[in-house]
Amino acid sequence: MADRAPIGSGWRERAPAVLIVFLLAATPLVARALGDPFIVKVATRVVVFAIAAVALNFVVGFGGLVSLCHAGLFGVGGYVVGVLAWHDFNAEPLLFLPGTSNLLVSIPAAAVVVGLLAAIVGAISLRTSGPYFLMITLAFNQMFYYGAVALQKYGGEDGLQIMSNVTLGPFDMSDRYRFFYLALAFLAAAMFVLGRVVRSRFGMALRAASRNETRVIAVGVDPWRYRLVAFVISGVVVGIAGALLAAGQQFISPVDMGWDRSGDLVVMTVLGGIGSVWGPALGAAAFVVLELVLSSWTSHWQLAFGLLVILIVVGLRGGLADLGALAFGRRGTETAHG
Amino acid sequence: MTSSLLIEQLLNGVQFGVMLFLMSAGLTLVFGIMNFINLAHGSLYMIGAFAGAATQAATGSFLLAVVAAPLAGAVAGLALERGLFQRFYARDHLDQVLVTFGTILALNEATRIVFGLTPLRMNLPDALAGHVEIIPGVPYPTFRLVILGVGLAVAALLYVVIMRTRIGMWVRAGASDRPIASAMGVNVPLVFAALFGVGAALAGLAGVMAGPILSVQVGMGEPILILALVVTVIGGIGSIRGAFVAALLVGIVDTFGRILLTPALGGMAIFMMMAAILAFRPKGLFPAHG
Repeated sequence: MADRAPIGSGWRERAPAVLIVFLLAATPLVARALGDPFIVKVATRVVVFAIAAVALNFVVGFGGLVSLCHAGLFGVGGYVVGVLAWHDFNAEPLLFLPGTSNLLVSIPAAAVVVGLLAAIVGAISLRTSGPYFLMITLAFNQMFYYGAVALQKYGGEDGLQIMSNVTLGPFDMSDRYRFFYLALAFLAAAMFVLGRVVRSRFGMALRAASRNETRVIAVGVDPWRYRLVAFVISGVVVGIAGALLAAGQQFISPVDMGWDRSGDLVVMTVLGGIGSVWGPALGAAAFVVLELVLSSWTSHWQLAFGLLVILIVVGLRGGLADLGALAFGRRGTETAHG
Repeated sequence: MTSSLLIEQLLNGVQFGVMLFLMSAGLTLVFGIMNFINLAHGSLYMIGAFAGAATQAATGSFLLAVVAAPLAGAVAGLALERGLFQRFYARDHLDQVLVTFGTILALNEATRIVFGLTPLRMNLPDALAGHVEIIPGVPYPTFRLVILGVGLAVAALLYVVIMRTRIGMWVRAGASDRPIASAMGVNVPLVFAALFGVGAALAGLAGVMAGPILSVQVGMGEPILILALVVTVIGGIGSIRGAFVAALLVGIVDTFGRILLTPALGGMAIFMMMAAILAFRPKGLFPAHG
C-alpha cells in the first residue's frame, strides 16, 4: 500500500519477531531434553511479560505516551480470570452469571473488562500530556492496586489462588507445556496484529502525532482519538497478558499490579528497544532471565539491577534491538522522540 | 461523628497535608523549572529518615537528628543532581522516568544493605511525647502540632523567599520561561542546582518528621512520593501556591477517606479526586505556565 511508512514493510521488519517466536517455541524441547521442567515455567513467564511489554510499547514507542498504569491493567486482567475461577470453584454465581475456569470465556472477558477500563482511564488521562499524563496514569495504577487490595472476598492483600483446573474448551490447561504454547500463540498474534496496526494508516497517524502534534492537527487529524484507540488496544493486549499470568501461575495478587511493576514494564520495553514491535519481547526475556540469575546470586540483586538500568539509560539509547542493528552496521531503529 | 473527633481528624488531615507540602515543594519546582520528573524524590525522604534515626541512635539527641536529616537529604540530592540527573534535563520523559526508577531501586537496596531489614524506631524527647488540650476535651499529640507548625513555617518562609526576594524572582522567571530567563542573565543551572538541594533538604526534613510517627524502613519513600506527585499534579506543576492548597486538600481527603470508607477504598479516594480534578482542569488548579 502506498501510504505505508518506511518503518519497514515486509520480511526485514518481521523476521526478528518470527525468529523470537521460533526460538521460544524450542524451549520446551530443551526442557524435555534436559529433564528440567523449570525452564518451561521461566519461558512461560518470559512470554507473558513479552506480551505485556509489546502492548505497552505500542503506546510508548509509537504513540509517545509513557503510561505507568499498565501493571494495573495487567493485574485487572489477571483478577478477571481469578474471580471467574473462584466463582466456578465455589459454585456461587457472580451476580447472575455462573463462574468459569474455561479460558475460552475468561480471557475474552478479561480483554473486554480491561478494554473498558482502558477507555475510561485513557479518555481522562489523554486530556493531559507530558508529565501530567505520566502522573495521572501512575495515580490510576494505584487506584487499581488499592481496588484489588479492597477485594476482601477474593483474598485482599494476600492475593487470589485459583483452586479449580483451568481449561481451554475441552483441553486441560494445567499441563505446563500446553499452556506455554497457548501463551506463545498469543505473543505471536500480538506481535503480528500490532505490527500490522503500526504499519497501517492508523499507525502512521499515531506515530506522526507523537513526532509533531501541531503538524498532525494542521492536516485535520485529531490526535486524541487516535491515542485513545491506541491506548485501548494496548490495554486489551496487556489485559490478556495478565489473564495468562493468573491462569499460568494459578495465582494473582496486588503485588503483580504495584506501581513498581509498571516501572518494570517500562524498563523491559526500553531495554528491548522502543523502535520496533518485537524489541520489547527481547527486553522482557532479558529482564525475566536477569531477575532470575541476579536473585540466585544475591538477595540484594535490586542494587545491581538499579545500577544496570541507570547505565543502560545513560549509554544504550535504542535498547537491545540496537545491538543487533549495530552488529549489522546500520542503525535501523528509531526512537519516539528522535 | 462527634465534633471533637471531627476537629481531631481535621488536624490530622492538615498535619498530613503540610507534611505532603514539604515533599511536594521541591518536586513541583524541579518539575516546573527543568521539566524533570524526579521519581527518586521519595528516596531523599527515606535518606532523611534514616540519617535522622542513625543520628539519634548515635547521639541520643532528637534535635541533632532533625538537623542531620535535611543536611543528609541535601547532600544526597546535590550529589544525584550534579552526578547524574543534570544530564537528563534535555532528554525525554521516558529516559527521566527510567533513570530515577533505577535510582530508587539502587538506593532502596543500598539502604537495606547498610541498615538491614528491621524497621528503625525514633523516640521523641519527653517534651514532645505528650498531649496538649488545644480545645477542652480534645487531647492532641504535641509532636503532631510541632509538625504542623514546622510545615506552616516552611511554607511561609518559601512564600516570602519566592515572592519577595531576588532569588525567588529568578526561580519564578525560570519556572515561567526558562530560555528567556536564561537570556536575561539568570544563571538557570546554578539556581536549579540550589533549588534541587533545597527541595532535597525539605524531603529529608519531612522524612525525619515522619520517623517518630511511622517506622523508618526501606520503601517508606514510595507511598509518600506517589501522594506528593498527586499533590504536584493537582496543584499545577511549578506552582508553590498550588502545591500548598493541593497538599492540604489531599491530606484532608485522605484522612477522612480512611475513616469514612473502608481502608482500601479510602486509599483510592484521593486518586479519584485527582482524576476528577484533572478531567476538568487538565493543568491542575493553579497552572504555572499560562
